[in-house]
Amino acid sequence: MFVQHFFNALTLGSLYGLIAIGYTMVYGILRLINFAHGDMFMLGAYFVFFATTLWALPWSLAVVVAIIGTALCGVLVDRMAYRPLRDAPRISALISAIGVSFFIQNLSLVLFTGLPRAVMRPDWLVNVIKFGDIRILPLAIIVPIVTAALVASLLWVIYRTKPGLAMRAISKDIETTRLMGVPVDKVIAMTFAIGSALAAASGIMWALRYPQINPFMGLVPGNKAFIAAVFGGIGSIQGAVVGGMILGFIEIMVVAFFPGLSGYRDAFAFILLIVILLMKPTGLMGEKLEDKI
Amino acid sequence: MKLSKVFLAVLLVFVLVGTACAEDTIKIGVYNSLTGRTAFGGQLELEGIQMAHQEVPELLGKKVELIVVDNKTDKVEAANAVKRLTERDKVVAVIGTYGSSLAMAGGEVAEAAKIPMMGTSCTNPLVTQGKMYVFRACFIDPYQGAGAATYAMKTLNMKKAALLIDVANDYSVGLATFFKQSFKKLGGEIVSELKYNSGDQDFTAQLTEIISKKPELLFIPADFAEGAIIMKQARELGAEFQIMGGDAMDNPELVKIGGDAVNGFIHTTFPYDATMKDMSPLAATFTENWKKIHPDKAPNVNAALGYDSYMLVANAIKTAGSAEPDAIRAALAQTKDFPGVTGNKTINATHDAESPVGIIQIKDGQRVYVGEVSPEM
Repeated sequence: MFVQHFFNALTLGSLYGLIAIGYTMVYGILRLINFAHGDMFMLGAYFVFFATTLWALPWSLAVVVAIIGTALCGVLVDRMAYRPLRDAPRISALISAIGVSFFIQNLSLVLFTGLPRAVMRPDWLVNVIKFGDIRILPLAIIVPIVTAALVASLLWVIYRTKPGLAMRAISKDIETTRLMGVPVDKVIAMTFAIGSALAAASGIMWALRYPQINPFMGLVPGNKAFIAAVFGGIGSIQGAVVGGMILGFIEIMVVAFFPGLSGYRDAFAFILLIVILLMKPTGLMGEKLEDKI
Repeated sequence: MKLSKVFLAVLLVFVLVGTACAEDTIKIGVYNSLTGRTAFGGQLELEGIQMAHQEVPELLGKKVELIVVDNKTDKVEAANAVKRLTERDKVVAVIGTYGSSLAMAGGEVAEAAKIPMMGTSCTNPLVTQGKMYVFRACFIDPYQGAGAATYAMKTLNMKKAALLIDVANDYSVGLATFFKQSFKKLGGEIVSELKYNSGDQDFTAQLTEIISKKPELLFIPADFAEGAIIMKQARELGAEFQIMGGDAMDNPELVKIGGDAVNGFIHTTFPYDATMKDMSPLAATFTENWKKIHPDKAPNVNAALGYDSYMLVANAIKTAGSAEPDAIRAALAQTKDFPGVTGNKTINATHDAESPVGIIQIKDGQRVYVGEVSPEM
C-alpha cells in the first residue's frame, strides 16, 4: 500500500517538478513570472495530439514536432507580448503575461473546441508492471529520469555554454550586458524557446499520464507548478524539482494517511507550504534577491 | 440642438421597429454550456433544441425566435446569461442548462424575473426546490441514485460499495448522497467514501485507498471526461471491481477517451439511447431525423432532452393559447402524459418530469442499452 502511494507520489511530484523548472528558468534569467507557461504546456500536448491524429506521424516524431512547435510559439509570444515591454516596469510584463495566458486559452477553445480529446499512448509506456500487489506504469520511472536529464542539460547550458553565460549576465544586469555587445534580444528569445520546449516536454508527459486533454488543462498543473517553483526557491532549478516533489508527495500522502480529508487535499497541501514559506521566505533553495518583483 | 433632435428621431425609429418586431415573434431564450468543461453536453442539448425548433418554427401563428447564450460552464456566467435573456432580450421562456450548478445559478435569476425556465438535464433536486417558475424535462437524482442502488443490489447482487465524489460539484455530491442512502436502505454497505475537486487529474491516491478496502462496486458520480480518466487510473492500479456512474457519463466520447478501461462500466441515464431496442415511434423518428441533420454524429440523451425541453415549452404555449410568461408557467405546471423522446412526461408537484431510469453498459467498446429499472425508494 505505502509503496504504491510512494510511486504514485513520485510520478506526480516529478511531473510538477518538470513543469516548475520551466517557470523558474525564465524567472531566474528575466525576473518575469511567465504565466503563459501553463498554456505552452497545453499547446505541447495538443501538438502531439494533432501530429499523431491529423498528420498520422509516428509517436516519437510527433514529440519532436511538438517540442519545436511549442518553442516557436514561445519565441513568438516573447516577440509580440514581452519584448515591447522590455524597458517598462516589471509589473507591466507580468500583466502582459496574464493577458497572453487568457488569449491562448480562449484561442485554443475556439480552434480546438472544448471537447476533451484522448491522446494516443505508445504501449511500452503504459503497459503496467506488477510486483505482487504493487502496480507501476513504466511512466512512473521514465518521468523522473526525463526530469533529471532535462535538469542536468539545462544546468549544463546555463553554466557551461556561451549563450548560458549571456543568460546569466542578463539576469544580473540587462543594460550592461547590452553594452558589452551581447545580442540581448536573441538570447532572451532563446530563453523563451528553451522554457517553452520544457513546457512542451512536461505537457507531453502529463498527457501520457492523464490521457485526456482540453484547452484548460494547463491551468491547475501550471498554478501548482508555479507554487512548487516559489516553494523550492524561484530562480533555482534544483529547488523547482525539490519543490515539485514535495508538493506531489504532500498531495498523495494527505489522502493516503487521512482519507477523510481527501476533499480538502489542496487546502492541506497549501497550508503546509505556507507554513514552510513563513519559516523560510525565499523558499527552500532560493537566494535572497533585491526586490525586482 | 438639431443633432439631438435627429438622435431622438433615430432612437424613436429604433424603439418602434423594436416593438413591432417583438410583436411578430415569440422569443425563447436558450442558455447552455457551449464552451468550457461541459461543452460536450451543452452543444448536444443545443442541437436537440435547434432540431425541435426547426420542426415547430411557429406557435400561435407567430415565428419563434431562439436566442442562444453561452454560459461557459461558469455559475456567474450562467446567472448573467439568464439576466441578459430576461432583461435585454425580453424572452417569454428560458431553456437550459446542462449542469445542476449552472441551472441553480440561472434558475435564481429566472425566478426573480418571473420568466419560466425549462431545465434540460439538471438533475439535482435543489434546481426546482421552492421555485415557482423553474421546471425540468428530466427526473431527479434521488430517483436516479435509487435506480443505480437498486440495480447494483438486485441485478448485480453486490453488497459492498465505495464512492469517489467531486466535492466542488453539486450534481456529484447530491447523486452520491442519494445512492448511499438507497444502497444502505437496501442492506448494502459503504466501505469507503473518498473525495476530489473538479479539475483534479490525479486520482491515484484515492483509488489506491479504495482498492485496499476491496469493494465489489465503485460508484463515481462524475462527468464522462473525468470518469474516463478515473477508470483508466483505477484499471492501471489493478482495480477489478465493477464501476458505475450516473447520467453525466452518457456520452459517446466516453469510450474514445477511456478505451479498454471503460469496458464493463454501467451507468444510469434517461430512457433514450440510439442503441436501444423497442424504441417508441417518437424516439425512432427523432433518431432518423437527427441522422439526416448530423450524419457523422450519433444522437445521445442530451440531444433528446434538449428536443423534449423545447417541445414541452412549445406545448405549454399552445395549450395556454398565449405567450405570456405567467400563462406559460401555469400551462407547464399542468403538463400531463406529454409524449417525449425520453418517455412520456408528467410534470409533478416539484416540477420534475417523471420517467423510468435507463441502464447502459459498455461492452467491447460499444454502448449497449441494457434496459430499465424501477427504483425502490
